[in-house]
Amino acid sequence: MKRVSMTVNGVRHEADVESRTLLVHFIREQLELTGTNVGCDTSSCGACTILMNGQSVKSCTVLAVQADGAAVTTVEGLASNGDWHPVQKAFHENHGLQCGFCTPGMMMAAVGYLDENPAPTEEEVRLALEGNLCRCTGYHNIVKAVLAAADDMGS
Amino acid sequence: MIPASFDYERASSLDEALSLLAQGGEDARPLAGGHSLLPLMRLRLARPSLLVDIGGLEELRGVRSDGDSVVIGALTTHHEVAGASELTGGSGLLATVAEGIGDPQVRHRGTLGGSVAHADPASDLPAALLALDAEVTLAGRDGERSVAAADFFVGPFMSAAADGEIVTGVRVPKREGWGSAYRKFQRRAQDWAIVGVAAVVNWTEDGIAGAVIGLTNMGGTPLRAPGVEAALAGASEKAQILAAASKVSELETPPADENASSEYRLHLAQVLIARAVAEAAGCPGMQRD
Repeated sequence: MKRVSMTVNGVRHEADVESRTLLVHFIREQLELTGTNVGCDTSSCGACTILMNGQSVKSCTVLAVQADGAAVTTVEGLASNGDWHPVQKAFHENHGLQCGFCTPGMMMAAVGYLDENPAPTEEEVRLALEGNLCRCTGYHNIVKAVLAAADDMGS
Repeated sequence: MIPASFDYERASSLDEALSLLAQGGEDARPLAGGHSLLPLMRLRLARPSLLVDIGGLEELRGVRSDGDSVVIGALTTHHEVAGASELTGGSGLLATVAEGIGDPQVRHRGTLGGSVAHADPASDLPAALLALDAEVTLAGRDGERSVAAADFFVGPFMSAAADGEIVTGVRVPKREGWGSAYRKFQRRAQDWAIVGVAAVVNWTEDGIAGAVIGLTNMGGTPLRAPGVEAALAGASEKAQILAAASKVSELETPPADENASSEYRLHLAQVLIARAVAEAAGCPGMQRD
């Protein structure tokens, strides 16, 4: 077992983990933050996307021990004081989801990207979400939501 | 899928990493972003007994200009390579290629050195390094050495790195004034290239004064196409570039797999060479078939 310590959604956690524990399993099973989903389990679908030190990563392809010392944000960390994050609001208002399974990963990828590029074009948003798959085929409203969130955050 | 059990150590210096690897023996592997190794471990196609995490070694990260070359540390992520302003001239090829690897999340974690060390014949960076005459730098317990990209990739998933050696970075000639392009063909956006073509071209008013071609997934290692390169010299029109591209058939027959027959790979290579060369030459009117 290895001792890891990381800040998740602003809260410091310390725990013993097996070396082979994947970050997504640590988040879901040990911290009981189940908003981060496991989809394809092969770093393709993006359902497990979180922010690690501010950058979007696929937590199914990171070992928990690799995140030792890192600052992690999951979908549970987006809202603050009961207020939704602009990206959450925009997904709600633009119906940026159908079944909702890909949504946490979509939103985390979007939050990470908007931090890097606060005023993207539609094409840039589509490229930025290249690593997130929606099997309901709801991309149209997802892209609309991200553009609306960018407007909201910029104004 | 969870990997088989392994020991894990985080190295705090390159020396420590090298001695941990030496202690771990032939089943010990360095770990950086883990975006090549962890998927293999999860499929149990790789079962290292020890992972030595070099991800925290800041001295192996970053891009710097050094005279006529650019030096890129092994831990530099694809995202960082894609945005590196130091990659000017022909060496800009590396930024183009890095930008097309995987997706943003993968590019945030995956590293140049990891991709090089993995030596996957279907991965894009090796052909680009070959086309740029890059050198791969390695550190071992006996010191550092560099190996030309042409000698580094020796077979599918096999490189000239010895057990216990760590890829520390690459040195790439800038090739100022040269243009570059990378074209790959894949069935779906996230797939590995069925064939990829890196082209680095010196275009002058008299046409092509020099061209280098690196091929992805046309063999067990990245390949150059000497016949094509020779035939491109002096070419200034689309028809000449197309004719030169056809010389790719002089190469050893490429492999066949579930994605493509050998003939189809040759066809793709020819088409993509012509497109990549035209784009790299930056010659208007030659970029479309």
